Amino acid sequence: MPKLTSHPDEVKIISKRFGMGAANIDRYIELGGYEATRKCLAEGSEWIINEMKASGLRGRGGAGFPTGLKWSFVPKQSAKPKYVLVNGDESEPGTCKDHLIFLHDPHAIIEGTIIAGLAIGAKMGFIYLRGEYRYLIEIMEKAVADAYAKGFLGKNIFGTETEFQAVVQTGAGAYEVGEESALMESLEGKRGVPRIKPPFPAVVGLYGGPTVINNAETIASVPHIITMGGAAYAAVGSERNGGTRLFGISGHVERPGIYELPMGYNLKKMIYEVAGGVRGGRKLKAVVPGGSSTPVLLPEEIETLGMDFDQVGKAGSMLGSGGVVVIDDQTCIVEFALRTISFYQHESCGWCIPCREGTDWLKKSLTRFHAGFGTKKDIDNIQYLAENMMGRTFCPLGDAAAMPTLGFVKKFRKEFEDHLDGKPCPYAKHVEVALV
Amino acid sequence: MPDVTFTVDGKKLTAPAGTLLIEACRKAGIEIPAFCYYPGLSLQAACRMCVVRQEKVPKLQTACTTTVAEGQVFTTESPEITQARKATIELLLGNHPLDCPVCDAGGECELQDMTFRYGAGESLYTEAKNHREEQKWSPAVYFDRPRCILCYRCVRMCGEGMDVWALGIANRGSSAIIAPNGGDHLDCEQCGMCIDACPVGALTSDTYRYKTRPWEMNHVSTVCTHCGDGCKVTLGVRQVDDGAEIVRGDNRDKSGINGDFLCAKGRFGFDFVDSKDRLTKPLVRNAAGTLEPVTWEHAIRVVSNKLKEIRDSKTENGGGSSIGVIGSNTGTNEENYLLQKFARTVLGTNNIDHIRTTDYAAFVRAMAGHEHRAASLRDTETAKAILLIGGNPTEEHPLLAWNIRTNFRHNTARLYIATDSPIKLERQARQTLSLPVEGYESLTAFLSGDDSALGEIENAKTFREAVNAEESLLVIFGQEFRGAAIESLVKWGLAKENVKFAYLGDYANSRGAADMGLSPDLLPGYIPVTTPGAFAEEYPNLSTQPGMTAPEMLDAGCRGELAALYIVGSDPVTAYGTDPAALKRAFVVVQDIFLTGTAALADVVLPAASLYEKAGTVTNTFGDIQLVKKAADKAGVKPDFEILVRIAGGMGADVKKLVPFGRGSITVPAVTAPALSVDFVPTPRPIPSLRGIHGDLGQSRGAHSGEADRHAVWLAARGLELRLSPFDPLAALDEIERLVPSYKLDRLNLFAGNDVHSEPGFVPVASLTAPTAAELILPAHDGLFTSGVLGDHTKALVELNSYQESISQPVAEAAAD
Ligand SMILES: Cc1cc2nc3c(=O)[nH]c(=O)nc-3n(C[C@H](O)[C@H](O)[C@H](O)COP(=O)(O)O)c2cc1C
Ligand code: SF4
Ligand code: SF4
Ligand code: SF4
Ligand code: SF4
Ligand code: FES
Repeated sequence: MPKLTSHPDEVKIISKRFGMGAANIDRYIELGGYEATRKCLAEGSEWIINEMKASGLRGRGGAGFPTGLKWSFVPKQSAKPKYVLVNGDESEPGTCKDHLIFLHDPHAIIEGTIIAGLAIGAKMGFIYLRGEYRYLIEIMEKAVADAYAKGFLGKNIFGTETEFQAVVQTGAGAYEVGEESALMESLEGKRGVPRIKPPFPAVVGLYGGPTVINNAETIASVPHIITMGGAAYAAVGSERNGGTRLFGISGHVERPGIYELPMGYNLKKMIYEVAGGVRGGRKLKAVVPGGSSTPVLLPEEIETLGMDFDQVGKAGSMLGSGGVVVIDDQTCIVEFALRTISFYQHESCGWCIPCREGTDWLKKSLTRFHAGFGTKKDIDNIQYLAENMMGRTFCPLGDAAAMPTLGFVKKFRKEFEDHLDGKPCPYAKHVEVALV
Repeated sequence: MPDVTFTVDGKKLTAPAGTLLIEACRKAGIEIPAFCYYPGLSLQAACRMCVVRQEKVPKLQTACTTTVAEGQVFTTESPEITQARKATIELLLGNHPLDCPVCDAGGECELQDMTFRYGAGESLYTEAKNHREEQKWSPAVYFDRPRCILCYRCVRMCGEGMDVWALGIANRGSSAIIAPNGGDHLDCEQCGMCIDACPVGALTSDTYRYKTRPWEMNHVSTVCTHCGDGCKVTLGVRQVDDGAEIVRGDNRDKSGINGDFLCAKGRFGFDFVDSKDRLTKPLVRNAAGTLEPVTWEHAIRVVSNKLKEIRDSKTENGGGSSIGVIGSNTGTNEENYLLQKFARTVLGTNNIDHIRTTDYAAFVRAMAGHEHRAASLRDTETAKAILLIGGNPTEEHPLLAWNIRTNFRHNTARLYIATDSPIKLERQARQTLSLPVEGYESLTAFLSGDDSALGEIENAKTFREAVNAEESLLVIFGQEFRGAAIESLVKWGLAKENVKFAYLGDYANSRGAADMGLSPDLLPGYIPVTTPGAFAEEYPNLSTQPGMTAPEMLDAGCRGELAALYIVGSDPVTAYGTDPAALKRAFVVVQDIFLTGTAALADVVLPAASLYEKAGTVTNTFGDIQLVKKAADKAGVKPDFEILVRIAGGMGADVKKLVPFGRGSITVPAVTAPALSVDFVPTPRPIPSLRGIHGDLGQSRGAHSGEADRHAVWLAARGLELRLSPFDPLAALDEIERLVPSYKLDRLNLFAGNDVHSEPGFVPVASLTAPTAAELILPAHDGLFTSGVLGDHTKALVELNSYQESISQPVAEAAAD
């Protein structure tokens, strides 16, 4: 088990049972588990959705869509069965928060799933785990089996007339199936390629039924919101950004790790206080604020930056998955850009031309460029390519590849120019970019 | 859906709500580029070429997935959009081999067209392109991976369109690749539809690979010679030393009755024209008893003299009635018409027949007097409910099967199947009734309410209820039905409203052979020889005594009771298992393209042109008439039409009476029925408006407009074109139109390359004669790669057949599992 980190500024809501053996169902119940579900069974759908709306919880998968609102889109009546889908595909470089939840608090996921089901009137939930998270499958499956044994899942949950079934499923190892509609395809046993939208999952989702799909952290937050009340949860965070989230701080910091901080927490403080500052007392060069797909920020841009969806958006980047990657002054940005694009090139599903070809050519160009065989025109080409991918692809993966590239080229053009004329990489001494 | 109004590039357009923007635009003449969009197949939104700007929407939208709604405003061309499309092409070209000079698709390539339109002439990259070797997936299909732009048309065409699902996508990202179901080979129906749908030269066919350039061919659209569906096929023809050679078969402008479709036979099955087995010289049996090449003049002289001698002989074994004539299932209507007219008026015999694969006479008799009850092939694509009884369309009527599948996919048509053995179309069936072997006849009784007729069969009653509950129904039945069985089935259906019928028969013009009077008892249009009506005046000396059927003729020939047998495009000796030695006493003349079993024992063999080497019309099994155009040319051969005219001339017949040509022959076809001495007068039909001289918007491979010559169409349609030659089959068509009630053709459409439906219901009620003996019907039972004698001589089909047999069970069996 990875070592848990901690800091006094943390507000432990989601992580409050981490390290307390809560994967054991009895222990979980001892710690107050499954009370939220009982309450929801008593209160009913409308109440749940209202609490969720009041909580200001926004999706932790990346886009930050208000969860309560999402649930309210599901039609009340449906000829086809409705489903709840937990997105545990967590694969964005810099992001490793969901796995801690699966590891330490799997029942919170189950509870959240049941509650989402009660809210939208679904009788079935799927917990979809990233293909590479082999070691979490057993934990999650055991938790589900235990919940069945206790009667928390099944035909008559908690002795009521209400039915709710849950199934754990894994992917085959593709970042792209984290995209909600590709995940549904994958879950249905098909190639992990996104679907055309509209229709949106809330109307036509898994097996054609109305489906709510939420990130694992979003789902794990649900029982806590029910327990503490939506308003109280909202009060913890910043404006229109309720509660806390698990920030994963990685890269060149002294104390990398997952920290649960209130929404809106200052990024500079996060790096210098919570994570102990830049490693070895070096200088900060740049920060990727929300997973590898979010555009890079310069030190001067983070001074007063509060880490919530709106503020980071205003700063020209995105809060994304909350994976903060810290880059010190001995890192080559060209190589960082190359590593980033290499990931997207590898993970592009290949469905649409701009992403399939664009990521490939960006990788090729950056590889050559970093090796010192670039020309001035290549810099423009890289920017041109990325600009022509933006907003043109079938799903946001293309944007996810283009956005950071654009950020690097625009903000660090000089570093690119320093690679010209067959010069070996001037920054090459120190390139262990710690992407988790 | 109600119509909505929206704006595209400043123009107000109207379309039903929910129409795809790309389609709405195409209809209005605004072309939006597209690679992955293919009308009728599922949407992909993968190529991003069709991006347009929609007012108040932040991102560019794909026109192929955007549905129109009231008040929307779109821009389809702007610098921003052009740039987006150009960038997409640049990205594609980055890895594209650009081997246009040798690529099969060069000149007919959508990637070339798009590059031409949007630029992207300059390469942004210096890196090496990803390369992979070309792969041979089957004897028909090659895959050139580097040219593939991953538009997934082939995958969908094979899966959704063909219901074969032989193609898929392997790997992901820039390694994604189209992969065949056999790993490195294809186990499929080999239809080539994937090749057809491919917008570039990634999928190519064995028959055409590296053969020629599209602009070096003439493109002649004619009708496929293989099955009874009659697809329009475009033959790519190139001049060679001994004529004009067919180098390609495809569905170039998709303007025919077959829409997007063409099967393996239509697409690849043309090499028989150049088979080394082709007869190219007239042969006459010499004193030594062997067939010896002679000149046409000599051969014609031998035949006409001998036939004249027999006809004029007053001996017991002489006279017209001692001559038997057997016609063809693949000749044109004009040839068949001429053949029976020749038999009846020049030879003076009613001993005329063809090898009947289907009992059309019984069908027509059953339908007589009931107009608009006979379905066109086009109806199979739109009918709300279809009852299929017998037959196996997937194998025997590939186009019909395609239409049924399309109808099922697009309109959720309800298909009911009654069959005595599993067929692939059951996958689309709402209900299937498994009949006992040969239980077809009892089915009619059961459908009509006799509960005990079928014995105990599971679901039989629910099947009947569902069928009876349909408000309209298209009943398609197979060759299992003959004679009285057809009459009772049709009677059951005619008793209901909105029931239409179609009867499945085999070859390219089996229906035409029957329609044109290749029958001992029926004149053209199924008019009985016993009551010939107008034919009495038209055909001098017409005997009102029915003649012999084909098997009777062979038997009589063997017994020495027939002095001569004249056989056109048919192999009755093989078909009826006649002892060749026994026929020695008769004078046998065969016109054919191959030395068939019958030709081998003939006294004179005349090398004939195939359907791809002549002009005329053919009628498919649904009664849809289409124009056949001469594509290839083979030195030495003559069309059956010309041979017949020459022989008639040689016999001293008045050729102008046989074929109305020259001045004075022009007849503007009457729209109403000719004066027949019978009690049935068909309703006059207005000539429908022209369905269109087809062209498309440069989207598909057939980037060129339809092949019809508008001026010629106009002249021909009005009968203004002078038939200058007795060899012009259209002269016979004029007469057919005049005399055959169901062939009142809408010529404008016919000559524009469209299909024209004929109404068997126009046949006079008085033509009721005794039902055909069931044993006269010999169905061909062709499969996906067989087509009678023709198929045996088509290398491409023989090869495909043995390939498929070697790698899998027959497709239908595998599919029905
Ligand atoms: C390429 C791509 C990858 C994604 N990967 C994940 C992922 O691993 N986990 C996740 O929760 N959401 C992922 N998402 C976001 C999901 O599509 C979806 O928005 C999310 O699961 C919704 O849940 P939320 O509202 O709780 O955030 C991804 C999106 C894209 C475009
Ligand atoms: S942008 Fe296109 S190619 Fe890339 S992952 Fe999405 S659908 Fe696949
Ligand atoms: S030839 Fe026809 S059946 Fe075979 S893969 Fe192509 S489309 Fe499918
Ligand atoms: S082979 Fe042709 S049709 Fe198939 S995906 Fe490639 S380009 Fe498209
Ligand atoms: S054989 Fe039949 S289905 Fe095939 S192309 Fe010819 S007419 Fe069409
Ligand atoms: S994305 Fe619309 S045609 Fe390909």
